[in-house]
Amino acid sequence: MPFQSVKFYQTGTFTVGNRLLAPQERSVQSNMRRTNSLNSGHRACQGCGEALGARYAIDAAMDATGNRLIAANATGCLEVFSTPYPETSWQIPWIHSLFGNAAAVATGIAAALRVKGRSDTRVIAQGGDGGTTDIGFGCLSGMFERNDDVLYVCYDNEAYMNTGVQRSSATPPAARTATTAAVGPEPGNVFGQGKDLPRIAMAHGIPYVATATVAELRDLEAKVCRAMEIRGARYIHVFVPCPLGWGHASEDTIRISRLAKETGLFPVFEAEHGEVTSVSKIRRKLPVEDYLRPQRRYAHLFGTPPRTEVVARIQAIADRNVKRYGLVDE
Amino acid sequence: MLKQIEGSRAVAAAVALCRPEVICAYPISPQTHIVEALGEAVKAGGLPHCEFINVESEFAAMSVAIGASAAGARAYTATASQGLLFMAEAVYNASGLGLPIVMTVANRAIGAPINIWNDHTDAMSQRDCGWIQLFAETNQEALDLHIQAFRLGEELSLPVMVCMDGFILTHAYERVDLPTQAQVDAWLPPFEPRQVLDPAEPVSIGAMVGPEAFMEVRYLAHAKQMRALELIPGWAEEFRRAFGRDTGGLTHTYRTEDAEVIVVALGSVLGTIKDTVDAMREGGTKIGVLGITCFRPWPSAAVRAALAGARRVVVLEKSLAVGLGGIVSSSVRISYPGSPAAVHTVIAGLGGRAITREALARVFAEAFAGTLPPLTFLDLDRALVERALAREREQRRSGPIAENILRDLGTVASRAG
Ligand SMILES: Cc1ncc(C[n+]2csc(CCOP(=O)(O)OP(=O)(O)O)c2C)c(N)n1
Ligand code: SF4
Ligand SMILES: [Mg+2]
Repeated sequence: MPFQSVKFYQTGTFTVGNRLLAPQERSVQSNMRRTNSLNSGHRACQGCGEALGARYAIDAAMDATGNRLIAANATGCLEVFSTPYPETSWQIPWIHSLFGNAAAVATGIAAALRVKGRSDTRVIAQGGDGGTTDIGFGCLSGMFERNDDVLYVCYDNEAYMNTGVQRSSATPPAARTATTAAVGPEPGNVFGQGKDLPRIAMAHGIPYVATATVAELRDLEAKVCRAMEIRGARYIHVFVPCPLGWGHASEDTIRISRLAKETGLFPVFEAEHGEVTSVSKIRRKLPVEDYLRPQRRYAHLFGTPPRTEVVARIQAIADRNVKRYGLVDE
Repeated sequence: MLKQIEGSRAVAAAVALCRPEVICAYPISPQTHIVEALGEAVKAGGLPHCEFINVESEFAAMSVAIGASAAGARAYTATASQGLLFMAEAVYNASGLGLPIVMTVANRAIGAPINIWNDHTDAMSQRDCGWIQLFAETNQEALDLHIQAFRLGEELSLPVMVCMDGFILTHAYERVDLPTQAQVDAWLPPFEPRQVLDPAEPVSIGAMVGPEAFMEVRYLAHAKQMRALELIPGWAEEFRRAFGRDTGGLTHTYRTEDAEVIVVALGSVLGTIKDTVDAMREGGTKIGVLGITCFRPWPSAAVRAALAGARRVVVLEKSLAVGLGGIVSSSVRISYPGSPAAVHTVIAGLGGRAITREALARVFAEAFAGTLPPLTFLDLDRALVERALAREREQRRSGPIAENILRDLGTVASRAG
């Protein structure tokens, strides 16, 4: 991570304080004056990665914009758990319109701000993987193509969680969901072509694309901050485990996120104008099994007999990522 | 200023005079000329405080308008037919959020079979979406209704759909009186939103509402439309004073004073109906016309008052509630003080089929004679329909209906009549 000189893993813990860092390197979350844009009291499950990711991202964006931020939210867990009428967790101007139109609503907000000469106020659109890669894909691609001044943040928990964990086009192969049951000769989701949204975003040639996980707070914040320095369409894809949908312990959200990166299954990188500009290296590459085992959505791979050939195919995906992005230093 | 221009250009000019701030557009016939003209105006610098956004779908068009309106901008879009259906989810959302977007619907049929010509099926499909729906009879009225629509919508925090017949109005060159910028500015104050996305005063818009309050929210939407019923006549009067034209309002009556039969209709067909009525009046027939300008909210009291003296009512509709019959006539029936059986439905002009004076005179005469059935399809080619029905009876796999019918019809150039 180019922006951070101190490697916290050297201390044996990731929770060491900011005392080791220069003030400008400290996280927004560690600042007592952070905005708590997504305030406590919302209805997310314990250990919800999406709740964490949204708080990190929006607080960082607030910090980067001097608190001049408006957000458009797609339907999904984040929207539902944050705004049960008549309550709201949002401390920022926030609008929820529909499931598939967050990017377009954000375009409209940005246009309104521009005509009113208020371009200092910035716009974020956010949604889950379903609202982004499936039903909202048309609006998202349109927003990219026009290069509208919007940062779109996708919180990818790899399924339609709000409706009860159904498969989305971001659901990984072999994962069990409510619509890809762990039954039959090929349990779980199929091995399809995948729908790699960060790369599709890059193919639009937009100024900035990044991926991040909730395990690396400073990395995520730095990317939001970088995105806010740029005008035009930007996209950040955040990996957010869902304890309920994935079937892992709620205290394991950060650990699972870190494993997704350290196995190579979720490459963490930045790209500008379609070219990768930086990648987060894997320090010590781990087998995908370490990532798969703690999640009940993959339990069918580890029964008797174990489905080693399926695990091998997933390993191949990770290895391909490692090669494609140069995730491991030779 | 009097100008001989195309209906679409007239509407575009009217919209431009309303100082829109965000216009989003996706092309569909017969709406295209309106947004083309506006796009050109913005590009040429004629509307310096306006963003013209070419979006990737009608769903995006309405969604961009939603975002813009929620951020306090005066937002406009236009569509028709398949486009209106494609944006339907966002259409409901705009009214649910109370955003005063103005949208032109250049009325067109809905497929399949695909058909680009005029009828009212598109607008009628959205009649319960919570938007105010106004129908223009002429290009002048279309122009005027747009100016009124922004005022109406913004005053009530409700979106307004201005419906004008595709091609018949949108593509017709007619003389219109285009108001001056000063006139429009004096009539239409700047948009002062009731709620706005603003970091200085953060609000959450679009929260989830459960059974504990949903009924109340919906009731308030209804109450707002009922309020519109009260306000619209006054505004029409104000508009008349400012612009010297009697456009807008809820309904318009024509020669209904002593009429025994009253014909109810919406949109441009009212012109043909009035001509037919004039001719029949010359022969001593007591017939009149009730034009519905405001279809939503439904002006029940005004319709009731206008129809009070009529023995029979003929509702001429350019849309069909498949499996029922009339859409407008269902509403007219509940507002007609007499027997519901005296209200006849005439489905006419679907997919651009010409509505001729001869055919109208025929059904109106039948109404007087008491021989008009409850439901009539004007100028329906019975033989053609019977052949298709027979074919279906004889053969299970009788093939695609529309194609078969066209084959039966033989090679004809696409014709309206
Ligand atoms: C047009 C439409 N289709 C379906 C739904 C139902 N729906 C609401 S939220 C949701 C799932 C959201 O999934 P995702 O975008 O991945 O967000 P998550 O809940 O997983 O965070 C679905 C299917 C809807 N609200 N609107
Ligand atoms: S279901 Fe998953 S995404 Fe939704 S609130 Fe619970 S943990 Fe978060
Ligand atoms: Mg999801």
